[in-house]
Amino acid sequence: MSAPRLKVENLHVAFTAGGRRREVVGGVSFELAAGECVAIVGESGSGKSVTARALVGLAGRTARVDAEVLEIHAADVRGFTARQWQRLRGLEVGFILQDALVSLDPLRRVGAEVGEALRLHRWGTRASRSARVIELLTRVGVPRASARARQRPDQLSGGLRQRALIASAIALDPDIVIADEPTTALDVTVQAQVLSELEGMKRRGASLILISHDLSVVAQLADQILVMRAGEVLEQGSAAQVLGAPVHEYTRALIDAVPTEHTRGSRLSPVPVPEAALGAPALAPAPASAQAGPVLEARALSKNFRTPDGSITRAVDDVSFDLGPGETLGIVGESGSGKSTTARLVLGLESLDSGTVRLLGQDWSGIPERARRPLRRRISVVSQDPLSSFDPRWNVERILVDAVPRSEYRSTAARKARAVELLGFVGLGPEVLPRFPLRLSGGQRQRVAIARALAPRPSLIVLDEAVSALDVTVQAQILDLLVAVQASSGVSYLFISHDLGVIGHLSDRVLVMKDGVVVETGEPAEIFGNPQHPYTRELIASIPEFDPAAIAERK
Amino acid sequence: MTRTSPSSTRAIASQVARKLLSAVVVLWGAATVAFFAQLALPGDRATAILNIRSGQAQVRTPAELAQINQQYGLQRPVIVQYLDYLRGLVGGDFGNSYQQYRPVTAIIGEQLGATLTLSLTAIVFAWALMVVWVTLTAGRGPRLRALGSLVDVVAAGLPAYWLGIILLLVFALGLRWFPVIGGTGVNGLILPALTLAIPLAGFMSQSTRTEFERALEQPFVISARMRGMSDTGVRIRHVLRHAIIPSVTLSGWALGATLSGAVIVESIFSRPGIGNVLVTAVSSQDLPVVVGIVTLVAVVYVLANLLVDIVYTVVDPRLAAS
Amino acid sequence: MTGTASTTSTAATAAAAPTPPASRRTALSRWARRPWGLYAAIAFAGVLALAAVAPQLLATHDPLALDYPHSLHGPSWANWFGTDESGRDLYSRVVFGARESLLIGLGAAAVGIVLALLLGSLAALAVKPAAVVVDRLVEILFTFPALLLALLLIAISGPSAVTEIFAVGLGTAPGYARMIRGQILSAKRSAYVEAATALGHSRRRIVFAHILPNALRPLVAVFALSVGQSIVWASSLSFLGLGVAPPSSEWGALLDAGRQYIVQAGWLIVVPGLVIVAVALTATTIGRHLQSALERGEK
Repeated sequence: MSAPRLKVENLHVAFTAGGRRREVVGGVSFELAAGECVAIVGESGSGKSVTARALVGLAGRTARVDAEVLEIHAADVRGFTARQWQRLRGLEVGFILQDALVSLDPLRRVGAEVGEALRLHRWGTRASRSARVIELLTRVGVPRASARARQRPDQLSGGLRQRALIASAIALDPDIVIADEPTTALDVTVQAQVLSELEGMKRRGASLILISHDLSVVAQLADQILVMRAGEVLEQGSAAQVLGAPVHEYTRALIDAVPTEHTRGSRLSPVPVPEAALGAPALAPAPASAQAGPVLEARALSKNFRTPDGSITRAVDDVSFDLGPGETLGIVGESGSGKSTTARLVLGLESLDSGTVRLLGQDWSGIPERARRPLRRRISVVSQDPLSSFDPRWNVERILVDAVPRSEYRSTAARKARAVELLGFVGLGPEVLPRFPLRLSGGQRQRVAIARALAPRPSLIVLDEAVSALDVTVQAQILDLLVAVQASSGVSYLFISHDLGVIGHLSDRVLVMKDGVVVETGEPAEIFGNPQHPYTRELIASIPEFDPAAIAERK
Repeated sequence: MTRTSPSSTRAIASQVARKLLSAVVVLWGAATVAFFAQLALPGDRATAILNIRSGQAQVRTPAELAQINQQYGLQRPVIVQYLDYLRGLVGGDFGNSYQQYRPVTAIIGEQLGATLTLSLTAIVFAWALMVVWVTLTAGRGPRLRALGSLVDVVAAGLPAYWLGIILLLVFALGLRWFPVIGGTGVNGLILPALTLAIPLAGFMSQSTRTEFERALEQPFVISARMRGMSDTGVRIRHVLRHAIIPSVTLSGWALGATLSGAVIVESIFSRPGIGNVLVTAVSSQDLPVVVGIVTLVAVVYVLANLLVDIVYTVVDPRLAAS
Repeated sequence: MTGTASTTSTAATAAAAPTPPASRRTALSRWARRPWGLYAAIAFAGVLALAAVAPQLLATHDPLALDYPHSLHGPSWANWFGTDESGRDLYSRVVFGARESLLIGLGAAAVGIVLALLLGSLAALAVKPAAVVVDRLVEILFTFPALLLALLLIAISGPSAVTEIFAVGLGTAPGYARMIRGQILSAKRSAYVEAATALGHSRRRIVFAHILPNALRPLVAVFALSVGQSIVWASSLSFLGLGVAPPSSEWGALLDAGRQYIVQAGWLIVVPGLVIVAVALTATTIGRHLQSALERGEK
């Protein structure tokens, strides 16, 4: 048996800041054989990215890296000088980061970025390097490579950009490739292409170290899996073992937390939903708005935008739908599909070019903003980044009290009491009131945002990528909370997301959008089980298969 | 979404045209402000002009006043004077000085070259200082960063006259490396240019440093390190290009600031230039000259900004749109 | 019994043991990390205030006392800053000049900020046509460098202290107006203003509760900075002979008077200039600390 390409034993990484030492990674060990894929899985703060960077000596200036063994191609790299590292990086190890939009220098041409490793390691001549760059781009599937090489990253589509990023990492054909969240922030169709690219590399003999929070992505490629949390490795073993028969409860929670169309109706998180959320009366939409007809009627919505270089973009084109009381309508699409713009049109935050929106049977889009204001309490919004939607000078108490309707709660004391009540619905205690959002975790912030959205007792809440920025276990808790709130209060949700799993889990009906147009609508069972439109079919086919039971049996 | 885009050259051309129009509007506004400033001189203009010429205030005979009114056309309605003024400006005529009955353009033209040289040299020095300083001190440890930031702020706030005199005392009088009286040679240019360059460099360093440190945190820097690039290499080949963007945008302003700063520096180092012309004109209230110089600097500023803007639009529409 | 006694004695000995070296080191570094710059700035500001209010307490000589035999002497024990061409003690002149100089600086800063607030807010918040006009006006004024705008005003009204205040104020206003406009616009476009709109709040409520407080927050530091800057500008004007006339002890006037003696008696300009630089630095330091203190209270 040949020596492992990479071997690490008992890796520790600590950061020193302001005189204090904080251990970020404690005790990672694994071996990487030829053609093997080791995946490190974890949520934010788990230390998985730091581990990956520490393996190539880029943990950071203030980092202290210790390991009993750290060998790359059987060379002990623990004492490497800067120059030795520079010779190794790019040549023996390639690194793919997430999101090519910021991982490639936006001011340089794609060709320059792809060929940089060649130039740094003095490979060939200028002419032969250009040829190699074109060859690499073609190999990763970028059409018209010579033209593309002369363009800048923002001139390429998301998929081509990510391929170019991969090309830049494998320019010298390193036999170890580390990929840190290579598919995050990508559309699911592009994600499928990138994954097949990585699979191809593995087949050609490269060894992969894959860092990801997404278990379904990992399931496709990994032979070995390490599960990390807060710097510790909680579970480690073959993919079949870890995914099929997990031992640690955290691994089990991670697996259970993934929403799909099959998990509808079941709880995703072991953490129980707050008691208060299950109590109906205080949450129910105001009685005047309780009615039989649809909560929201959108007809032929259209909106065009003018881009800085003068062209006109049809962001939303003839979109129509209805939303009934207590119902969840999921709008799913990739980037540029127009789903977010649709949400903003419904909220009246963008003006319609044509079409109408009726809210609770009343004209909503046709009336002037002044007339709309008193009606705005019927419709709320929760967005992807709660922090920027809070006034940076305000603490939680002020944020919530501001949202509580003054007509119903006349005194300051009454409003504060209601704020405490709202926090209770979302599972937070009154000790959160004096704190500032900067000091809260991502999940806590989103809960405060949901509490604020519930304050005016709306009939409809628009959730625009509301769970997309959350860790999967936190996302699970928030999804459970949303389901419970809807069950007890009868509020309707307009849920926008690019994540098909979340949409499938949460929605009663689904709208699929592409390029501003509604391509297909239906119930989740139909959309996921029997998609009609070719685009929907492509979308559904791109979802990485994640069936832990099947994996356990297969391997 | 579906996109319908016109040819990109047409789009660029329309953007350039829009910027040109905007510049013309601003220039027109500046000229108007300048014109009305001239009208603001208190009292009867003809009397004022005569007093300025002779250096003393006295009652003037109607014949003398009539002559001045004729020469400068002061009796015509304001609108006519205004339109005449604008027409003159387009043709390059800034009117005539009150003190010496000579065209303002002649007075300025004689001295402008020296001042422009000083100004441009100062900008070149400032850029060199800033690039070296920021590349060396940005993004390294909290102490070095605080020091760098402190030096930036202190340098930016140094008054030109004070710095100039210190440099004069130390390098010219003390060490005798440079001449004390300006002169027109290269040697006589260095200290005055440095006096203008150091505060400018301090000011530009502030925004450059912020951009530099922000860019150092970006993922593309890590990508470059992952390919085997050294830390210095990354700073120079990747980060620097991003960091200097705000300073390039400031270039138009820098030109205006150095031209006006030259007023003080020329006085200290006894250099020829429009600075002295301006100071004399202000103390004798010779408005056409003052207004002429001020308008000229404004024109230079607007043109310089326009040029930078157009270069951006052609090279990278994305940057221009930001 | 013996058990408890031994535990108490070990506890006592532990308490009596000297502080181990590690914690002594951190105590020292904590002491070093204190804001010495701020302390120095506050102390200096106190001295300045005293000089402005009761200069006779700080001065060593009568600022107007002529003493020709001792003219143009460098700094010495008798005259801390040296003497000028008439033998007057420079240090005392600087002290007595503090009041006028600081008043001019503060006045100019006030004029500048008020004008900038007015212009900047209008350009960002007023109804469309008015806002565009004001915005263009600010852009046009901004094309004139601050010094030149000031000179223009002086050319029209003639040099004096009052003209200086308005000239410097007018000169620095467009730059600050642009900054304020930018701040207000970015607050207007922020996600939290959008969230407030979605909640149904009136435009007036949003402007006063969200936009203005957030946009004008950094103004504290800016105002402090502008005080320092205004003093520097005003002194520059005086240096050119276009500010307050000698024999005033106003710092700029001192600079103007000292211009003829650059070569023989450099200290006549260097020292008052140093005082001016120190004042500007003090203002900036205090302003920045005030700013971060304000922001920390909201974290």
